[in-house]
Amino acid sequence: MNSIPRLVLVLTLITAGAGLVLSLVESVTREPIAEQRRQEMLRALQAVLPPADNSPDDDTVELVVGQDKRGRDVMRKFFRGRKDGQLSGLAFKVVAPDGYSGNIDVMVGIDPSGTVVGIEILSHNETPGLGDKIAFPEYKKTFAGKNLDNADWRVKKDGGEFDQITGATISPRAVVGAVRKGLEFYRDNKSEVIADSQGGTQ
Amino acid sequence: MSLVNNIKKSIWAENAVFRLLLGLCPALAVTTSAENGLGMGLATTFVLVCSNIVVSSLRKVIPPKVRIPSFIVVIASFVTIVQLCMEAYFYDLHKALGIFIPLIVVNCLILGRAEAFASKNKLLPAVVDGVGMGIGFTLALFVLGAVRELFGSGTLLGYSVFGEAYQPLLLMILPPGAFIAMGLLLAGMNLFDARKQ
Repeated sequence: MNSIPRLVLVLTLITAGAGLVLSLVESVTREPIAEQRRQEMLRALQAVLPPADNSPDDDTVELVVGQDKRGRDVMRKFFRGRKDGQLSGLAFKVVAPDGYSGNIDVMVGIDPSGTVVGIEILSHNETPGLGDKIAFPEYKKTFAGKNLDNADWRVKKDGGEFDQITGATISPRAVVGAVRKGLEFYRDNKSEVIADSQGGTQ
Repeated sequence: MSLVNNIKKSIWAENAVFRLLLGLCPALAVTTSAENGLGMGLATTFVLVCSNIVVSSLRKVIPPKVRIPSFIVVIASFVTIVQLCMEAYFYDLHKALGIFIPLIVVNCLILGRAEAFASKNKLLPAVVDGVGMGIGFTLALFVLGAVRELFGSGTLLGYSVFGEAYQPLLLMILPPGAFIAMGLLLAGMNLFDARKQ
């Protein structure tokens, strides 16, 4: 009975059945998953943007920030918050590649002049109890009101004015550095970022 | 009767984590809090019960030569279902357990039960075995997570237990703490059994 055709047949049937069930589940969960991801993005945007009455995730500009190792363009998306049609703030995601353990994704919210309104840590793998304090509200608050002119964008240990965390200097240093680079990019490309939305790349 | 005894046995005497020492990778990795342990345990139980059902019902159809790939396809399918449903309906838990969910596929507990039990037994005993082993696994992860959370962050299920003054024993929620807590719990269980005899 254990001839090759039978083995092939049984295995094929099992995998085909599995494929069928999985495609069903995928089609049912596709919408909720997309919605969850969008909600998460919106929550982060709301946390870092000044009050806005539009949907910032529909009003975006994408600019090239640099090239990756293979020479492909790395894009950065700017989400624009508006109040009564006026630009009230911008949010963008920066990645700190030099965290203690992998990348730290940070959402930065600024007002149009380039002053930080708030930051939000989107994802990180820093040490629990030490570096992960960068995601605590008390830490994130220290960025509010800072811009490139009124603050020295280094942690205190490096001679700057940003708090480090006891037992963890690397994580705050990575976050501060990434936010600073994001602000510098905004300063250098401001005209393109705030140029009117309708013509921007969507 | 024997079905109830089977469940009892798989919770204590043959507990997957503390007695068979199966599935230690997720047991040590995700148990930084009681909630994570519980979530991982329930997800694993679901996969275990479902895969036991399918493997047991197909036990006469699947030729022995291709049984391992067949089991793996079945298990992997259920894991993917869990992963999709969790992301769709329990997003926070999905974020906490993230990369460990796909790893349920290689949890030797599940393949072990499929191979050693479900593929040789009728449907009902296979379901009971899956439920029992799952409960045992979930309890073990929950206890391990609770102990580590209690000492490592001073909370239980997110609620503060020791108050503000407590200085958390950070080590307990770092990876070495998993081994230490596991070892102490194992020792405790052995001591309890030895006393009873």
